[in-house]
Amino acid sequence: MAPPSSRRSGHSRRAQFSQFTGYVVAGIGAVVGAVLLGLSLWQPTLFGSLRGAASDVAAPAAEVNGAARAESLGFIESVQGYLRAGRQNAALKEEMELARIRLSEAAAVKQENRRLKGLLRLQEDEVRPVAVARLVASTAASTRRFAYLAAGSNDGVTVGMPVRSPRGVVGRVLEVARNSSRVLLLTDSESVLPVRRAQDETVAFAEGRGDGRLRIRLINLGINPLKIGDVFVTSGAGGYYRPGIAVAVLSEKTEDGGIARIISDPAATDFVSVEPIWQPAALIGARTAPDEALSENEELMQDAETPIEGATAENAAAEPE
Amino acid sequence: MIARLNPRSRRDAYGSRINRDHSPLLAYSVPWLTILIGSLLPLIPMASAIPLIPPMGFLFLIAWRLVRPGLLPMWAGFPLGLFDDLFSGQPFGSAVFLWSVTMLVVEGIETRFPWRSFYQDWLVATLLVGAYLVFAAVFSGADIELSVAIVLIPQYVLSILVFPLVARLVARLDRFRLLRVRSVR
Repeated sequence: MAPPSSRRSGHSRRAQFSQFTGYVVAGIGAVVGAVLLGLSLWQPTLFGSLRGAASDVAAPAAEVNGAARAESLGFIESVQGYLRAGRQNAALKEEMELARIRLSEAAAVKQENRRLKGLLRLQEDEVRPVAVARLVASTAASTRRFAYLAAGSNDGVTVGMPVRSPRGVVGRVLEVARNSSRVLLLTDSESVLPVRRAQDETVAFAEGRGDGRLRIRLINLGINPLKIGDVFVTSGAGGYYRPGIAVAVLSEKTEDGGIARIISDPAATDFVSVEPIWQPAALIGARTAPDEALSENEELMQDAETPIEGATAENAAAEPE
Repeated sequence: MIARLNPRSRRDAYGSRINRDHSPLLAYSVPWLTILIGSLLPLIPMASAIPLIPPMGFLFLIAWRLVRPGLLPMWAGFPLGLFDDLFSGQPFGSAVFLWSVTMLVVEGIETRFPWRSFYQDWLVATLLVGAYLVFAAVFSGADIELSVAIVLIPQYVLSILVFPLVARLVARLDRFRLLRVRSVR
């Protein structure tokens, strides 16, 4: 049955006008929306502060939820663990024997490494994370793959810093608010990461496909040397990520590279660490236009160089001992 | 006497009619609040691989619009879309535009097909959500490739299946909205 429509405003002038106004305001809303959309596609960071303030407000609630999610994941895993305990126990024992042998070999190698590095006067550089925090939320309904991190500028996080879990690279900080920040995940279709094959120097780009996997595009085209199961690590090119962090495992070969599964799935990680940008000086170089001399940015260059100078000073101080 | 014969004689579906009336605050805030909460829901699961969760804010918007026409004003898409844009990860303005257009389109559909039934609502919602997901993907600023288009399918199917639940929930909330909780003196 057709309902009595409230749209038929009859002869009431007031009803007619208010209905007309409704259409006009809705139309204006659509136009303003289109303008905002155009602006933010043109300048993606334009409304970042608004979004940042909003995510700051939502972060504490999301944090609680993140903790609950981590616990429930742990519970499911422990139940699964009971179900296959017997078989796993035997397998683990065997693996343990082998691991012990490898461990002692590794200790010997480590010892030798230390000796050789001492000979070369190389300094062990341990990267201290800027912040350790939970990934508290993700944009699960949008085509873009972002996650929200419960640490922001108050914790020293700045735009561009790499985010990693104990397993490997998760993504890169895109926007920073006071107590939260937005992370561009590796799987986003706008994410590009320079990688190399773990066992040799085959360099490639790992681009997000938007479906949870990465496309590996080899830089040197020719015969495709990749094999299924190859592990890719960050190459350090570009200056954002320090080299040698695990990224993805090749699962399919294509003509110009392959398709890889990501190693550090953000859905399975609890805490992630935000690391400082590996080579800030390289980023400044990359941002400078080719026809512009680098030395014009002297102030920035000095900023970038100070940690390196500090490191050499420490070296010098350590030597007499 | 009447109360003794029929204890429900002075009550209606929303509670006692004596000394009690609808609360305007409750009656007008519930639809808006549920849509706002719907906008926040997709943040909760950590879906890193593909967009799998239905756009709950949008589903609640069209459910309120279709199940209870005349309640949301025509311009409701603008402020609600503004809020959704803050959290959805889409470029700012995407939901403002799409939700405003949705309200206009639903109005048009209702003028053309004034009948009312659940299956018609479901069909309309199916079409609207499909169009919304495609346009949201186009506006998201991502490179639209086959892989991106394919992963929209599970999300779309899930959204279609979730809509009846959302519509039932909205119908329940509509009854809750009109509970007689305000005491009249």
